[in-house]
Amino acid sequence: MRLIRYGFRRHATYWAAALAGAFTNTVFGILQAYVLIALWSTRPGLGGYDLADAVTFCFLAQAYIGPMQVFGGGLDLPERVRSGDVALDLARPASLQLWYLSEDLGRAAYLVIARSVPPTLVGALVFGIAPPAGPGTWAAFPVSVALAVLVSFGWRYLVALASFWVLDDRGLAIVSLIMTTFFSGLMLPLVIFPGWLGELARALPWAAMVQVPADVYLGTTSIGGALAFQAFWALVLLGLGAFVTAAARRKLVIQGG
Amino acid sequence: MSAVLRTYVLLVWTWTRAAAQYPVSFALMAAGVVVTGGLDIAVIWVIFSNTTTLGGFTLDEVMFLHGTAFLSFTVADLLFGNVDRIGRHIKAGTLDVMLIRPASLFVQVAADRFAPHRVGRVIQAAAVLSVGLARLDVPAGRTWMIPVMVVSGIVIFTALWALGGAVQFLLTEAPELANSLTYGGATLTQYPLSVYGDRLVIGVTFVVPLAFVNWQPGLYVLGRPDPLGLPYVLRFLSPAAALVTALAAALAWRAGIRRYRSTGS
Repeated sequence: MRLIRYGFRRHATYWAAALAGAFTNTVFGILQAYVLIALWSTRPGLGGYDLADAVTFCFLAQAYIGPMQVFGGGLDLPERVRSGDVALDLARPASLQLWYLSEDLGRAAYLVIARSVPPTLVGALVFGIAPPAGPGTWAAFPVSVALAVLVSFGWRYLVALASFWVLDDRGLAIVSLIMTTFFSGLMLPLVIFPGWLGELARALPWAAMVQVPADVYLGTTSIGGALAFQAFWALVLLGLGAFVTAAARRKLVIQGG
Repeated sequence: MSAVLRTYVLLVWTWTRAAAQYPVSFALMAAGVVVTGGLDIAVIWVIFSNTTTLGGFTLDEVMFLHGTAFLSFTVADLLFGNVDRIGRHIKAGTLDVMLIRPASLFVQVAADRFAPHRVGRVIQAAAVLSVGLARLDVPAGRTWMIPVMVVSGIVIFTALWALGGAVQFLLTEAPELANSLTYGGATLTQYPLSVYGDRLVIGVTFVVPLAFVNWQPGLYVLGRPDPLGLPYVLRFLSPAAALVTALAAALAWRAGIRRYRSTGS
């Protein structure tokens, strides 16, 4: 719990950067909203969204960039593996994964306030966004966002762990960036992806980061199914993360000698 | 002028040779930027798998507009994009080192950490433009506008980077603000401006002249009427708009340097 608070405070120091980030998210949200409006006015009701849903989706997606760290990174693990500082982390009487998870939750909690609220407010003022579907949504939405942060952490932690085996992690970071921005629904709602590509995109873990929490907000999906989908991927990714952490620990000991 | 150019080429060549020391890394990074840029194409493809026109323009026309804007943007980014790192130079104190060297500051900042792998995106943009052009039926008498608009676009984007850099003399902490001007401009020009609201289009025509990167001259090449009914002559004013933006950026850049006070030691 204390680590979560430290993570929050550590990122709260950089309020100017967060503000600038929120501004950028807002600008891109407005540009994307226009494109979606143009698309939905030629195809009303596309993908089960009406025009207001599509605009809302676009601003929610921008709001998730900060907390879900959609562009990757956010963990300084690869840096610490390269410098050798990770040996310190592993010596701590706490699980490496839980340690980073706590810090990351603090970071996400801060960024929800600093980077998610402003774009959503501007979106509401400029275009008018749809209110949450009902009282059930009010309860389920925060849970869904929290699960999305867990899935996002689970994925980014796995990518970061790869730096135990791969010396130059930039290539992996790019692959991760591509998968996350495209298959999370950030660039376009996954509901309009055609045919098998859509089926695939909606089943992959990245959908749990942007598409599913937005659907929960819009009420276009069954809440139970959505939360179960997110929880499933969170468990799978965190489980894999724990497994790979153990492997990394063995690997490091061999190298460290 | 030729001395400035020689310095720039020399610095860029040095960084290129440095990058060539790690050929595998270079190839991977170049492939990486091609695939990342390809996402924009994938987005356009998904949009047009759901509709035949966007804002009144077909897939081929959007590819033409996207290709010209992206070609201008990627060339400007390759050559001068590093100007947005000036905030870091100010913070790290390396700007002082550059200021005492007998070479243009703009050239030094632009060439510092020159990233040759970005050439991958230039090639990709050129490919999109070629495919779009090949599938369109552009009258031969109008093709002369294409190189004119691409060059004007390069000048406009470069000027925006310089403006963004000049702003960082005031706001060192917030390079993202400059990014929303440059990368935001690149995103804006990827689609026909007819999809955006009228006020936004007026703004990017007369305030930040992004409409002159590809929209106004593009309307001429495609032989389309202006949805807003703006004067026909605007279609030929891209070079003038580029010149005005470049002048404004140069003034801002000079004002920024004059205002700069080193933190000292």
